[in-house]
Amino acid sequence: MARNSIALWVAAILVYAFLYIPLIIVVVYSFNDSRLNAEWVGFTLYWYKALFNNTEMLTAARNSLIIAVSASLLATVLGTMAGLAIHRYKLKVLPILAFTPLAIPEILLGVALLLFFLQVLNLTLGMLSIILAHTVFCIGFVAIIVRARLQGMDESIFEAARDLGATPWQTFHQITLPLIMPAVVAGALMSFTLSIDDFVITFFVKGVGEPILATQIYTMIKVAVTPEVNAISSLLMLLTLIMIIIATRFDSSMLQGGSKQ
Amino acid sequence: MALLEICNLTKSFGDFAAIDKVSFSVEAGEFFTLLGPSGCGKTTLLRLIAGFDAPDTGQIILDGMDITQLPPEKRPIHTVFQSYALFPHMTVADNISFPLKMSGELPAEIKARVKQALNDVQLTKFGHRFPQELSGGQKQRVAFARGLINRPQLLLLDEPLGALDEKLRVDMQRELIKLQKDSGITFVFITHSQNEALALSHRIAVMNHGTIKQIDTPSQIYNFPDNYFVANFIGKINSLNAQVLAITDQQLELEVTGLGVVKVLSKEAVNVGAQGVIAIRPEQVTIKYYSTPEEAVDGFLGKVKDFLYVGDVTTYLVQLPNGACIEALTPNATPGRTQFFNIGDPVVVNWEYASGKFLKNEA
Repeated sequence: MARNSIALWVAAILVYAFLYIPLIIVVVYSFNDSRLNAEWVGFTLYWYKALFNNTEMLTAARNSLIIAVSASLLATVLGTMAGLAIHRYKLKVLPILAFTPLAIPEILLGVALLLFFLQVLNLTLGMLSIILAHTVFCIGFVAIIVRARLQGMDESIFEAARDLGATPWQTFHQITLPLIMPAVVAGALMSFTLSIDDFVITFFVKGVGEPILATQIYTMIKVAVTPEVNAISSLLMLLTLIMIIIATRFDSSMLQGGSKQ
Repeated sequence: MALLEICNLTKSFGDFAAIDKVSFSVEAGEFFTLLGPSGCGKTTLLRLIAGFDAPDTGQIILDGMDITQLPPEKRPIHTVFQSYALFPHMTVADNISFPLKMSGELPAEIKARVKQALNDVQLTKFGHRFPQELSGGQKQRVAFARGLINRPQLLLLDEPLGALDEKLRVDMQRELIKLQKDSGITFVFITHSQNEALALSHRIAVMNHGTIKQIDTPSQIYNFPDNYFVANFIGKINSLNAQVLAITDQQLELEVTGLGVVKVLSKEAVNVGAQGVIAIRPEQVTIKYYSTPEEAVDGFLGKVKDFLYVGDVTTYLVQLPNGACIEALTPNATPGRTQFFNIGDPVVVNWEYASGKFLKNEA
């Protein structure tokens, strides 16, 4: 028993170390007073200052925020509707339709969306195409979270509302929506982080115009890995972390894969 | 005219007929109970009346108006759910006021009515609480108050006492009778518990396999069951296989296999030769010692096979000469009485002529 649990602890620590040590190194070296990532010289905030004087980087950050906010709003509305539909109409094909974009390799989705935008919609690649692409893969996440919340609920609550005189619309905005709101907010925050971090799909559908944070970082690395890259990565990590923490606060069942109490 | 009329209602799920051509009516002010084992169709019937499901055929008429096609929110019918179905994000007061808000009452009117309703169910101090902060019995009372506040023409109750513990259930039964009496609102109550049905109802409809087996007052249902299902489902009953020998005025002569001829009152029409059972309630069977066969002229000889002492009564299981067993329930009304008969004692069992009923086998 005791030996087993020690082995388990060691294994767990190793797994978490493997996951988090690279991230910690990135953060630590963003404060390194040296052009190179090779050795620790001393503490500085120089790279963060440089970042905030880099106009291209600031534009990329602004663009990424606009995309993330728009895509997460769109995905939240559509994903909530999808989650409600999947829960209500027990059609087996509905969950498959909503969740497939999550399972498809990103590179495939990227290529497919690129071809769709260019050849079918005849769209000029840019902010709009990125927003639409991000909405596509975020819908599934929102739908999963919303459905998981609905599954844990007593169905007769919604019937009771109708029974006591509420129309279907009144039932939705007075009963259903308030009850699934934590999942809706969690889904929106998840979508936001997925959008702001996405590289592969963005890379395919961004076109040549506007700089985007994720692809901008990639461009910087191609030239030289300076601690400025570490700094912007650390900031992005911080933003993502905050969003995840808020999202799980809103709907703790999200982390349990839908197996709500 | 009846308040609620159910005409030829049918509802199938695939090949399974959950409700099969059911018709009955409920009078205004009545406490009407649908009683039956699980799967008998009583919940389906309630869902059709409430409007959550649509029937395949048939009509539901409320106060002379055909409501079969109306959505639930348009029906002047409210439901108390087994799970209470209180809105978890609303306080008790908001839950109770929900129907009033939906029907567009003025805020001042709502406030006064909610205050009165909270008072009626002894929850005056609980208005600002949330449902998850209440006990089972309190949630139950909130559900009643919410269902009654808008004074629906009909209140449907889906096993509302099922989740409560025994002691609380008996208290709630009294409260329910009082609520129904004070409000004057017609109740249609669903339960699988025969005791609950007998204790609460003005009339009971006993259901099985999607059909109604008998509708009558509790005492008629108990004392004069129409068929073997009702007899067996409501309370305990002894049944001895029998065949009709002769039919005379109001009376049947039956041949009980291995025992001889027994006479019973005839309630419904049967033919000579019909197979069935004689049914007798255990508390209507008397049991006494005998020493000589002459003492046993008016009864059947038997031997005590087993007994069960449960405090207020003792149930004796008596084996008859034909091998069948019959139960006799005797009250232990005398102080200090423990047991009168021992296993193996020769006894004679009997019942009053009017207690036995012939129930023919169902085709």
